Amino acid sequence: MTPFDFSIPINPSALTLEMLVAALGLGILILGIISPKGARSGLGWVSFLGLMGIIGVAITMWGQSGELLAGMYLLDNYALFWKITFMVAAALVILGNMRYVDKVGNQAEYYSLTIFATLGMMVMASAGDLMTLYLGLELMTIAFVILVCLRKTDNKSVEAGMKYILLAGMSSAVLLYGLSLLYGLTGSVIMLDISRIIAMQPVSPALVLALVMIIAGLGFKISAVPFHMWSPDVYEGAPTPVTSFLSMGSKAASFAIILRLFITALPGVWENWAMVIAILAGITIIIGNLVAMPQTNIKRLLAYSSIAQAGYIMVGMVTASEAGIKGVMFYAFLYVFATAGAFTVAAYFYNVTGSDELKDYAGLSQRSPLMAAVMLVALLSMAGIPPLAGFVGKFYLFKTIVDGYLWLVFIGLIMSMVSVYYYLRVALVMYRDEPKDPSPINVSGPVTVTLILTMLVTLIIGIYPGPLSEVVNSAAHSFFLH
Amino acid sequence: MLVEFAMMHAWLVPLLPALAFLVIVFLTRPFEKLSAIIAVGSMAIACVIASFAAYGIFTNHEYTKTPLVYAAKWLSLGMPGVTDSLMVHVGVQLDPVSAMMMFMVSFISTFIFLYSVGYMKGDPGYSVFFAYLSLFGASMLLLVISSNLLQMFVAWELVGLCSYLLIGFYTHKISAREAAKKAFVTCRVADFGLLLGLLALQITFGTLNLVELGEKIHNFQEYTSIGMLTLIAVLVFIGPIGKSGQFPLHVWLPDAMEGPTPVSALIHAATMVVAGVYLVGRTMFLFHEVESAMQLVAVTGAFTALFAATIALTQREIKRILAYSTVSQLGYMMLALGVGSLTAGMFHMWTHAFFKALMFLAAGSVLTALHHKADVWEMGGLIKKMPITGWTFVIGGLAIAGIPPFAGFWSKDEILVATLAEGHYVLFAMAAFTAFLTAFYMWRMIFLVFFGDEKPENHPQESPWTMTVPLIVLAVGAIGAGWFGTPWYNVWAEWIYFGEPHHGPINYGAMLLSIVLAGSGIYLAYTMYLKDAQKKRARKLAEWFGPVYRMLYNKYYIDELYLWFNHALVDGTARLFYLFDLYVVDGLVNGIGTFTKSSGDGLRVFQTGRLQNYALIFFLGVLAVAVLVTFTGPSAASLVLGGVK
Repeated sequence: MTPFDFSIPINPSALTLEMLVAALGLGILILGIISPKGARSGLGWVSFLGLMGIIGVAITMWGQSGELLAGMYLLDNYALFWKITFMVAAALVILGNMRYVDKVGNQAEYYSLTIFATLGMMVMASAGDLMTLYLGLELMTIAFVILVCLRKTDNKSVEAGMKYILLAGMSSAVLLYGLSLLYGLTGSVIMLDISRIIAMQPVSPALVLALVMIIAGLGFKISAVPFHMWSPDVYEGAPTPVTSFLSMGSKAASFAIILRLFITALPGVWENWAMVIAILAGITIIIGNLVAMPQTNIKRLLAYSSIAQAGYIMVGMVTASEAGIKGVMFYAFLYVFATAGAFTVAAYFYNVTGSDELKDYAGLSQRSPLMAAVMLVALLSMAGIPPLAGFVGKFYLFKTIVDGYLWLVFIGLIMSMVSVYYYLRVALVMYRDEPKDPSPINVSGPVTVTLILTMLVTLIIGIYPGPLSEVVNSAAHSFFLH
Repeated sequence: MLVEFAMMHAWLVPLLPALAFLVIVFLTRPFEKLSAIIAVGSMAIACVIASFAAYGIFTNHEYTKTPLVYAAKWLSLGMPGVTDSLMVHVGVQLDPVSAMMMFMVSFISTFIFLYSVGYMKGDPGYSVFFAYLSLFGASMLLLVISSNLLQMFVAWELVGLCSYLLIGFYTHKISAREAAKKAFVTCRVADFGLLLGLLALQITFGTLNLVELGEKIHNFQEYTSIGMLTLIAVLVFIGPIGKSGQFPLHVWLPDAMEGPTPVSALIHAATMVVAGVYLVGRTMFLFHEVESAMQLVAVTGAFTALFAATIALTQREIKRILAYSTVSQLGYMMLALGVGSLTAGMFHMWTHAFFKALMFLAAGSVLTALHHKADVWEMGGLIKKMPITGWTFVIGGLAIAGIPPFAGFWSKDEILVATLAEGHYVLFAMAAFTAFLTAFYMWRMIFLVFFGDEKPENHPQESPWTMTVPLIVLAVGAIGAGWFGTPWYNVWAEWIYFGEPHHGPINYGAMLLSIVLAGSGIYLAYTMYLKDAQKKRARKLAEWFGPVYRMLYNKYYIDELYLWFNHALVDGTARLFYLFDLYVVDGLVNGIGTFTKSSGDGLRVFQTGRLQNYALIFFLGVLAVAVLVTFTGPSAASLVLGGVK
């Protein structure tokens, strides 16, 4: 239990990525002010290329490890992998939706907020103490709240923003209760210290209460049932690119921090939280998939499917093992691509037809074979059909719990089958039904690139998971080195 | 340099045709000429690489002991450090056996691809045909160079798929579609056995890597009992029974002749069907440990050889006769492996590939000239109009009958000697009698088709160069391919063997016997079908042995038996299950479906869209989690009461 010693020199190069991202976000904001209205659509390219450059820098940093400020900020492959994942997600969302954003307007705000949200996620991934954790979480959440109600003239968008900020505030309050209890019990906010102190004392009811609050507060972010109520409404109301980023980025970042908090700070009370997480995962998988079935709006359908997907990912937390962490990271990474593919199609489709209703997707395979194919591959990957990436991901996740949680494996299997029903319903509409308006949809260049990229990655990871698996292994391994 | 490159990059050999497949399917399908050039070109380059690699292997005796293996990780299940983690590789294993096979497959494929350029002219699916051929070549080559059995199985199934696609290539023909289905289903039945065998191997020995398996199975007592190993060997052998057309799963192979002739030559004679033989050869370390499995292989082989030869005696369609002869020759190869001679089995596979591909291609040339009239009784005297086709076919006939110095003689002799050396006298007698039958039915066909009187209604013409050049090249192979393995100077046995190379004494008796048998078979065919222009004796013989003749002509009624079995047993039980399915399973499924759907609808009710409801549910959720944590954690009750853990 060391008190903060601010005289410890910080090596600023350790924060290169965060500083670069912050600079990019600010730069976009300034560019937005000084550039004429017509040129603002170019901001998308600036953000995209900027992010790609930072991803390049991030890759060169692979293998670095260390701690800043006595463990407040952790640098390891684990954090770095997540950071790259967030930036890839942001880059995909930006590349695939430039036209959508041009239509909405406020390009500078949109792009810079997306980047600030990414920054929040990156801080979360490296957070080694409760304060940093909360800081990153709120940076991300507030950026998202504004993004959700970016379509100011659209009632649905504003309503979604309203709901999101109120409910998110509520969940933050609960989370803060939990975090303060934890601090009160251990006298430290540094996760590594907390873990040491907890190991020394008996488990008190207050600690259990803290656990409950933390599970609830973070469960909200990953939309685990029963804390998921906000997500379908917000997903539907938000501009589609934001929904997409919310569903992959925000969720992935929350998983990054949940793993860190539970496995670094709270492994001593693993017996107290493992079963709860398992049960919540089971319920989340069941409810997400069941409610997805009757949906008729593609965004709502994807929202429920994303709830179910969160349930699958939670499965990886249960054993608190290296294998579980690997499963979570692997799945989160491929989930980014599947989600980006599906939502990019949805956003582009909305751009052209102004509709998010499933029935309007009739005959999409004739109007744009590429869009239909990408949607199909993305959905089948989420359903876990081999040889797509989702299959391998689910395999890694469920393999960790075969011993001891067989019931959860069965829930996962049965509900995956159920999920095939509604995923294939989309395929059926796209491929079997005749289009009402048979005019072909021309997909613009950047969108084509995004679509093909997501599809290829989903296919390649499915067929040849070896390299990604190695990378994730090394990331998961670094988790325990602090 | 080049040799080194080829050896270290042998994976290019299957990769090139695979790329050709993708390119043709996605890019060049509308351009027929280009597609053909890509397919032939990629296979030719693959063949060049394969020959350099083979040269490298066959100049260094090290590789007969320790194969050249390199592999890439495909996927790993589990974490590093965890002992039971399953690691799957894709890799290349080069040793004399695989190098020989790789060269043979790519070499013969190249010429069959070339032949197809002429043969398939004007077909509406020209490009697609070459795409399928390329995919087939890629899969077969992948199978050949595989360093582990899982990779081999993947290629094995791919090969099966290609076979299905190519047999049913003339989709407008019902018989072709049926034949494709039959081939696929029959092979699937067999593959199931193989798959079970592989699973058992993986579970028992923890690896499917060929080299590791070889070492572990050598000391199998540490892992499992002989009973289990026997079961594994038998299961593994079921796969080759299907793929290599051994009795009783041979039924698909003759029907497969519905495919275009190059396909028959490539897949159903020279390369794919020997995959089964190759697999047994590759897993010789397994069979070697299990005496009874070896006997099963030997007996199956010998019986199939004789059985198929008797059927071939009475068939009338040119390609069907060849098909049964293929089944029969595959039986020979199995027999050789079963008596423990990898040398002889692989040698016969090598020579057979040349002369059988040659005969099929020549048959295709005949069929083209006669506008796909297939009955040998309606042909005659074709050798005058089609000299190249005719004489190359004769060479093939001499080779398969076993006349020295043609290729087939040496390899067949090797098998006979090996069988005799192991003391299997009954099997030897069967094999020797089969040799006589082979000479007879082959030359019956040759005399009927190429000699005798010309039929006035036929107007045959020699085929174009793309078809005759492959014939000539393969004919050279059919003459000379066996010279590597003559008893006096046996290079073959120095390179390709299992365990220790064995040089038995030269058995002149067996050699003489096989020449006499082949000669008398040909002479009998000559007297019955050429000298006797009216074929009176042949007819009389058929009448005398009426029931036997009909039984042979109808292939022992095996197809009918299977059909009856299907009708009586499968359909009967199916009907029963159908009712069960209709009322019990469907009821259940529909019930569950309705239940899940309605529960989905029911749960939707909570999604009111009202913020205060959401907040309420959130806090109820917090409460629920609190309850859960309390009751699922350790010593839950004491925790609630503030007790100490």
